[in-house]
Amino acid sequence: MLEQQIDITDEAQETLSMHPQKFAMWLFITSIVMLFAAFTSAYIVRQAEGNWLYFELPNLFWTNSAILIISSATMHWAVLSARKDNLSMLKIAISITTVLGLTFLVMQVWAWQELVVNGVFFAGSESNPSGSFLYVITGMHGVHIVSGVVFLLIALYSVFTYKIHSKNMTRLEMCATFWHFLDILWLYLFGFLLLNH
Amino acid sequence: MATETNLTQGVSLDHHHDDHGHEHHEESFISKYIFSEDHKMIAKQFLITGIIWAFFGGAMSVIFRLQLGFPDMELSFLKPFLGHWLDSAGKLDPNYYLALVTMHGTIMVFFVLTAGLSGTFSNFLIPLQIGARDMASGFMNMLSYWFFFAASVVMFSSLFLETGPAMGGWVVYPPLSALPEAVPGSGAGMTYWLISMALFIISTLLGGINYITTVINMRTKGLSFSRLPLTIWAFFLTAIIGLLSFPVLFAAALLLIFDRSFGTSFYLSEIYMNGEALHNQGGSAILYQHLFWFLGHPEVYIVLLPALGITSEIIATNSRKPIFGYRAMIGSMIGIAILSFIVWAHHMFVTGMNPFLGSIFMFLTLIIAVPSAVKAFNYITTLWRGNIIFTPAMLFSIGLVSVFISGGVTGIILGNNALDIQLHDTYFVVAHFHIVMGSASFFGFMAGVYHWFPKMYGRMMDEKLGYIHFWLTFVGIYLVFFPMHYIGIAGFPRRYYSHTSFDAFSTFTDLNMFISAAAIVTFLGQAIFAFNFVWSIFRGRRAPENPWNSNTLEWTTPVSPGHGNWPGKIPHVYRWAYDYSKPNADKDGFGDFIPQNVPLSKTPHSNLEHENEIMNEQHVEDDLKINDHK
Ligand code: HEM
Ligand SMILES: [Cu+2]
Repeated sequence: MLEQQIDITDEAQETLSMHPQKFAMWLFITSIVMLFAAFTSAYIVRQAEGNWLYFELPNLFWTNSAILIISSATMHWAVLSARKDNLSMLKIAISITTVLGLTFLVMQVWAWQELVVNGVFFAGSESNPSGSFLYVITGMHGVHIVSGVVFLLIALYSVFTYKIHSKNMTRLEMCATFWHFLDILWLYLFGFLLLNH
Repeated sequence: MATETNLTQGVSLDHHHDDHGHEHHEESFISKYIFSEDHKMIAKQFLITGIIWAFFGGAMSVIFRLQLGFPDMELSFLKPFLGHWLDSAGKLDPNYYLALVTMHGTIMVFFVLTAGLSGTFSNFLIPLQIGARDMASGFMNMLSYWFFFAASVVMFSSLFLETGPAMGGWVVYPPLSALPEAVPGSGAGMTYWLISMALFIISTLLGGINYITTVINMRTKGLSFSRLPLTIWAFFLTAIIGLLSFPVLFAAALLLIFDRSFGTSFYLSEIYMNGEALHNQGGSAILYQHLFWFLGHPEVYIVLLPALGITSEIIATNSRKPIFGYRAMIGSMIGIAILSFIVWAHHMFVTGMNPFLGSIFMFLTLIIAVPSAVKAFNYITTLWRGNIIFTPAMLFSIGLVSVFISGGVTGIILGNNALDIQLHDTYFVVAHFHIVMGSASFFGFMAGVYHWFPKMYGRMMDEKLGYIHFWLTFVGIYLVFFPMHYIGIAGFPRRYYSHTSFDAFSTFTDLNMFISAAAIVTFLGQAIFAFNFVWSIFRGRRAPENPWNSNTLEWTTPVSPGHGNWPGKIPHVYRWAYDYSKPNADKDGFGDFIPQNVPLSKTPHSNLEHENEIMNEQHVEDDLKINDHK
């Protein structure tokens, strides 16, 4: 009896802990931030060395930014609907988000075409690092958008097979975090390019 | 009872294992030994792959040392291994000399001392020492190993390419690495190198994300950060550094890939090749160096910190004393981790950098000496008047302290941007980093293997062979690397195929011969380790549960822990990991160590003031709770 009492009295403290998958997602996001931090600082370092071609950014970037912002809003709408177990609304919201994500990708390719028409090339004898950087930065962002869309498709599938509802939000919440992050990342990159192109 | 609720911490994946940890389900060979998700098996996979790579990397260094020490030697007897890397006269082809140097560096830095060291001990010790059933994600952990394996396969196959593996040094500076016409290895070999490194980076990131998540979220009850063993602190910080720096290497590599294969000009500008101008305009080779060393310098601490963590643990255990300055140790590791990101340009003092900027980087670089010195001081003060037990692991740890100091001192010299103009790219640098990084991390690695071998394989390694191995290695590395300082001060450049055409260096012919001979002996000495390791896995003396009378949680598991680590409940933690030789412990019925899972209430005589306070506070809290329940 005494033995037991003692064990109760110095019960060890609970350690802080979060959801491991969500936490790992934030770490993953951190590494992506570092990747783009590297690109944008390389951009600045390189620009400071001169021999830098100045050109106009494609106008489509503005449209695309709007698309991404709207998709973030619909993503948020999806999360809210799921929390309220409003599943039909959830289906609409997540579908719109996915379609917007795909639209963004297609439009980015159009933006690239606009660049080529304007004589800004990725590689070759007529290219300049300023143009190459633009393609690399937007391209790498596009690659991450592709992974975001894949994530959205997985979430979409789970929504339509009724695996996501107010009691089971993890997957949707992680998807939303990632998607909002990609949105913010784009706004940062676009703002960066606007200021430094 | 309230205390029973401790195990399931709600959401964690750990949950699953808690229910099943003690059941022994039959596992197939493939899921047990190959695509295992058990952190202990993955650790052993990293360990054995790392050891194999270490022998390859070492053998390469012996071959190029033969060239440096005995430039006239006929190497035809190596024809079966080297093939067309030897010319018809039996001499090493200069291009393949560079290939050997490059592969040696890449293999040692990334495959042995990053994957082999962190991969092994982070995987093995994190769950065991924090009281978790496994890593946060066993699946990601498995992927991490197999990405490393894939990277290894790609790197290894590049050795058999017609044009040879990469030849641009482990730092692969453009334009040399960017132009296939520059050197044969910059063709397919360099492509393989880049693919391999990309896979390797993915492996490191997967591993690192897992380590950080596990340490933060899955510690057992009572294991606050201020009670964490220093090993875990070290692995944790290492993983954070890796997470922040490897993406930058990835960016650097990606731009290099575009330059090589797609015709961009990030790093290339105004280059003439065989009298013809290349189209590349406007690139900057220095940009690559900035990106590379932004990873490169943190990388040297990624390699070193785990070794330092392992050393802290082993030195405290085998001095039978608490580690001196536990908090200072943590503080200096955090300091080193932060500083490691703002000193990278000390590798670039001679790139035409603005001297004022150079002196800022000199200043920041020299500050690192402070936390480094704190660590060295604390190791020595822990040893001071301890009841030292010289196990092989302990010898290697003390060896680490020695090389960490003697290599760190030359760092302070190199860190001066004026002195570095003379010393950069000479053997002085080679001596510096082989002692402070190569040897120190290698010693930490070996110390870890000798110390945790009983937990890994349930058997002991042979001590006598361990002593012979240690002394051969310890004396060996000093004989190899110390003379290099003199050669370097004389201006002898690194990565030169031969020095026979420079009269200035003919006085060093004997010394070079001596270094090479010492290197061969040291390398052969490692065979003793290999034998001991393999033999002990199968034939070693059976290990007791806690062979070193150590405090940390891994020693509370069965001799060979199964999947899930503890057959019953996970132990809780009530104290830090360093209660060695605590005064009055004998009155509580303990010897010279009190394991972390012993409640304070069981040791009323040896508790310190603040420990009694903690206990009383909890007492009150729990009384309240009990009253609430009533
Ligand atoms: C007091 C601390 C240290 C200082 C001030 C310092 C300073 C330096 C400097 C200035 C260089 C560049 C020399 C040159 O290329 O001309 C250098 C090279 C190097 N250091 Fe250190 N160092 C220190 C500790 C370390 C530690 C702890 C490690 C590894 C664990 C390390 C690993 C290296 C490596 C690998 C290189 C050479 C890289 C290469 O060029 O291939 N250093 N160090
Ligand atoms: Cu450095």
